[in-house]
Amino acid sequence: MKNVKIYGPGCTRCDKTEVLVKEAAARLGIDVDVEKISDARSIAMAGVISTPGLAIDGKLVHAGGLPDAARLDDWLSA
Amino acid sequence: MGNHCLVPSAVFAWSRMQPIECCRVVLLEVTMTTETHVHDHHDSTTDWQWYLAVLAAALVGWLVYGQLIPFSEWATSLLPISRHSHTGEAVAFFFYDVPKVLLLLTAIVFVTGVLRSWFSPEKTRAILAGKREIIGYPIAALLGVLTPFCSCSSVPLFIGFVSAGIPLGVTFSFLIAGPMVGPVGLGLLYGLVGWQVATIYLVFGFSIAMVAGWVMGRMKLERYLQDWVREMNASPPVELPQEQMTLVDRLKTGVEQVREIVSKVWIWVVIGISIGALIHGYVPESMMLQIMGGEAWWSVPAAVVVGVPMYTNAAGVIPIVEALLGKGAALGTTLAFMMSVIALSLPEMIILKQVLTLRLIGIFIAVVASGILATGYLFNTIL
Repeated sequence: MKNVKIYGPGCTRCDKTEVLVKEAAARLGIDVDVEKISDARSIAMAGVISTPGLAIDGKLVHAGGLPDAARLDDWLSA
Repeated sequence: MGNHCLVPSAVFAWSRMQPIECCRVVLLEVTMTTETHVHDHHDSTTDWQWYLAVLAAALVGWLVYGQLIPFSEWATSLLPISRHSHTGEAVAFFFYDVPKVLLLLTAIVFVTGVLRSWFSPEKTRAILAGKREIIGYPIAALLGVLTPFCSCSSVPLFIGFVSAGIPLGVTFSFLIAGPMVGPVGLGLLYGLVGWQVATIYLVFGFSIAMVAGWVMGRMKLERYLQDWVREMNASPPVELPQEQMTLVDRLKTGVEQVREIVSKVWIWVVIGISIGALIHGYVPESMMLQIMGGEAWWSVPAAVVVGVPMYTNAAGVIPIVEALLGKGAALGTTLAFMMSVIALSLPEMIILKQVLTLRLIGIFIAVVASGILATGYLFNTIL
């Protein structure tokens, strides 16, 4: 089970990132627990300054804009 | 990434149907394919298709741009109205400006999207954190224009900057310059009003961003941040792995930006042009001179008071500016109106309310508005 955190104040890109993560995980057959963090304080606490930010198992891997699909697969299967 | 990501996943799906023994080998291959696809882009045919498509789009856009006057005259003549009536003038303005602004907007957003792909809030923070305060202001203003960031993430960005030791004033310079000297406003001003006004706007927009930031830096406003912001210890900047981008990736970023921004902004464009068209067709010049002429001392503050609560995208306000200037409104008054609409917006203040106390927001508005007033009076006096 991988824990995925999506940091974002609830913009369309954040929702889209969630969809991308879930699709990729389903395609790769990986169990994920997706958590969306939209509170500004918690976003800042995590060191994220451009949203959406993406952390997998506690490690921030991406920030700002939609993640690239191929890289997302890499991060999820790493 | 379109077709690039389809290939590895197809291989992957196929690998799961194979007997267990060869799985490892296939998986290894998959990783390798992914690597080459993402990082090398040896697929030069699609690269060339991209370059050609961008060139072709630019050429078509340029050709269409040259036919805008005949088009608007033709479209107006289809309607049962006299070309030289008030309605005719307004309709012709509308038919001329809508395609013109949309074409310009698309081009500006594309070019800006590509240019900004070299910048990020993370890089900007690293640059600003290491600078002496006094050099920080001009660099922050410049990076405010070049750094891609959406106003929805301005709160984490603000905290990230301040907690990385970037002075509050420098952070404000960055936040003011972004909307104030945005490429969309500047590019449309250049295309619709002319390079002289665009250059004046550029120079004064930058100056206000730098000076207002510096003034607020002098005022020692840290105590007016919200309590939780002063007390929090944000985690140190996280080093993200550099995402390698090829030129085609950057072009794709540009296209993505066009799709996202133009689909959101076009309605503001149409509203702005409709207002511009009404002004162009119906407002008499004598009335414009009375209200927005340089003679009336109160016209500049009035323009700011009207402009601040108005919320629209830069793309919506420039057609109005075009019509105002065309009817003889004073340049100073019009600049003040435009700057206060674009740079001081209520929704942004509401977002910043999470980190700034009302008092600090008040000071922020007062300092920036003073800069705008000064610019307005200056141009009404010298012209």
